[in-house]
Amino acid sequence: MIEVEDVYFTYPNGIEALKGISLTIKNGEFVAIMGQNGAGKTTLVKHFNGLLKPTKGKVSIDGVETTKVSVATLARKVGFVFQNPDHQLFSETVEDEIAFALKNFGFKETVIKKRVSWALNLLGLTKYRKTSPFMLSGGERKRVALASVLAWDPKILILDEPTIGQDYQQKEKLRQFILQLKAQRKTIIIVTHDVEFVAECNPRVILMREGKIVADGEASKILTTPEVLNQAFIVPPQIAQIFFQLSDLGFPRNIIDIYEAREILLKAIRRKTM
Amino acid sequence: MAVIQTRNLTYMYPTATKPAIRDVSIKIEKGEFVLITGPSGCGKTTLCRCFNGLIPHFYQGEINGEITVAGLNILEHPTSELAKHVGLVFQNPENQLFALSVEKDVAFGLENLGYPREKMQKRVDWALNLTGIYELRERAPHELSGGQQQRVAIASVLAMQPEIMVLDEPTSFLDPLTAKKIFEVIYELNNTLGITVVLVEHRLDLTAQYSNHIIIMNQGKVVLDGEPREILSSKETRLIGVGIPKATRLYQILKEDDGVKLGKKIPLSSEEMTKLLREVIKT
Ligand SMILES: Nc1ncnc2c1ncn2[C@@H]1O[C@H](COP(=O)(O)OP(=O)(O)OP(=O)(O)O)[C@@H](O)[C@H]1O
Ligand SMILES: Nc1ncnc2c1ncn2[C@@H]1O[C@H](COP(=O)(O)OP(=O)(O)OP(=O)(O)O)[C@@H](O)[C@H]1O
Ligand SMILES: [Mg+2]
Ligand SMILES: [Mg+2]
Repeated sequence: MIEVEDVYFTYPNGIEALKGISLTIKNGEFVAIMGQNGAGKTTLVKHFNGLLKPTKGKVSIDGVETTKVSVATLARKVGFVFQNPDHQLFSETVEDEIAFALKNFGFKETVIKKRVSWALNLLGLTKYRKTSPFMLSGGERKRVALASVLAWDPKILILDEPTIGQDYQQKEKLRQFILQLKAQRKTIIIVTHDVEFVAECNPRVILMREGKIVADGEASKILTTPEVLNQAFIVPPQIAQIFFQLSDLGFPRNIIDIYEAREILLKAIRRKTM
Repeated sequence: MAVIQTRNLTYMYPTATKPAIRDVSIKIEKGEFVLITGPSGCGKTTLCRCFNGLIPHFYQGEINGEITVAGLNILEHPTSELAKHVGLVFQNPENQLFALSVEKDVAFGLENLGYPREKMQKRVDWALNLTGIYELRERAPHELSGGQQQRVAIASVLAMQPEIMVLDEPTSFLDPLTAKKIFEVIYELNNTLGITVVLVEHRLDLTAQYSNHIIIMNQGKVVLDGEPREILSSKETRLIGVGIPKATRLYQILKEDDGVKLGKKIPLSSEEMTKLLREVIKT
């Protein structure tokens, strides 16, 4: 469980990036944090694995304050994938990159081998096993960063912009995998601008603006409330947009799922043509 | 007039065992708004690097075939000369930022072209305002959020108003409303100044509506090249794994799977889809 109590954070250059954040994320929750550039999303999630410590207020993971444990101890529990994969990758081969944390955490050699192969396969990287991460495309590098964290199966997973550089098929695989983790009661927190991805995942959505939380709730509710979306600089998903535009005909305004949209529209169309 | 033309362009990185792009033959006309998409690793960034000569001048490797950009054979002209015609926004903004302040980064290209001071300042302020980072102009680029950095990278290319603007996945770091605003500006520049825009994107929901030419790549090759509406609604595109806009997908499902008699113009935005739906619901 992640508990954030009235957290403020100021960078050394004087920028106050978080201004009184309070929030609780329970085990087994899938949360998407969204909002304007510079709203403080990355700054907030860096508090969850102790990379940053609050200037004021408290962050606790499973009841323990992040100031009371070492980053190394927290790291075992909280996996973190950076917004920019270049901040994370350093090994000579993709395989070594994925094995690195596993070795650090003292997994057995046979387990490491298995986990590395599993992660390579999950992220479609098997053919790059022996390649340098720096010789890969942007999307491939992001997947190496993801693989190296997913490999050790942390209890809490924080993914800063996981869909950057990913095509639809890769996103779909990621979505399926996240839902699988959720079913295992893992906690998954993504930071993202990808509204269509969020609409397909339907997680709990937290909207941030200027260092504060401005909305918190179900995706299908938040992503269909234009007033709050506007405040957080988010454009609704296309399906929601269509239903807003049709609302004068009496259609519901809270639709984000394409198959739900299809059912509703088909009914209306068939009624008119009969 | 073609501003970018390639014939059987094939390129292999120095450490690679097979080409990253193969037999690419494309033609981009002046004033087009071109969308390039395709699965991760299919060669989009590699192709962009050819457009401004980073390939082969910086990356080395083995290049074959022909490529001319703004009438210049890139093999015969240094990147400094190509930079006068082509502005490239990198996929990773951090690789593009190096100055001590946002303002200096945005001014860098114009300074190199020897712009007079006053004219330069005007252009820089214009670009900073359009991308919503005027307030950040004195900040250090490495102390910005990911999206703020992406805006600086875009502003520095916008400031140059180059003949050809190449943007490699610019929306991935931008919040959606800012992405939308920036694309409205780029579309306007495309319309009014005739700037050719080449946009690489996975997320087509925000940008497909602006394009009048789409190129789809797969495993280093160009597999589809032509009119966006036809191509985005084709089965082949979906099978390659391209994420087509949801409005387009809904149209496809209703029309093809459910036999609804929707109008002919394939929608790329919610507005276009709504219009078609009204026609069948109202009557
Ligand atoms: N510097 C490099 N050296 C060697 N190989 C590279 C290099 N950069 C990319 N590659 C390889 O070339 C191929 C094409 O990469 P490219 O970056 O052009 O893909 P992309 O279509 O832009 O992908 P993405 O959507 O993930 O950014 C990939 O197989 C990649 O692994
Ligand atoms: N290393 C840093 N030093 C100083 N200020 C920073 C640093 N990183 C971020 N900031 C500032 O803190 C604020 C919050 O930044 P943060 O990176 O948390 O935003 P974000 O919500 O993740 O934005 P984005 O969507 O652009 O990634 C911004 O005003 C930013 O300029
Ligand atoms: Mg961020
Ligand atoms: Mg790329």
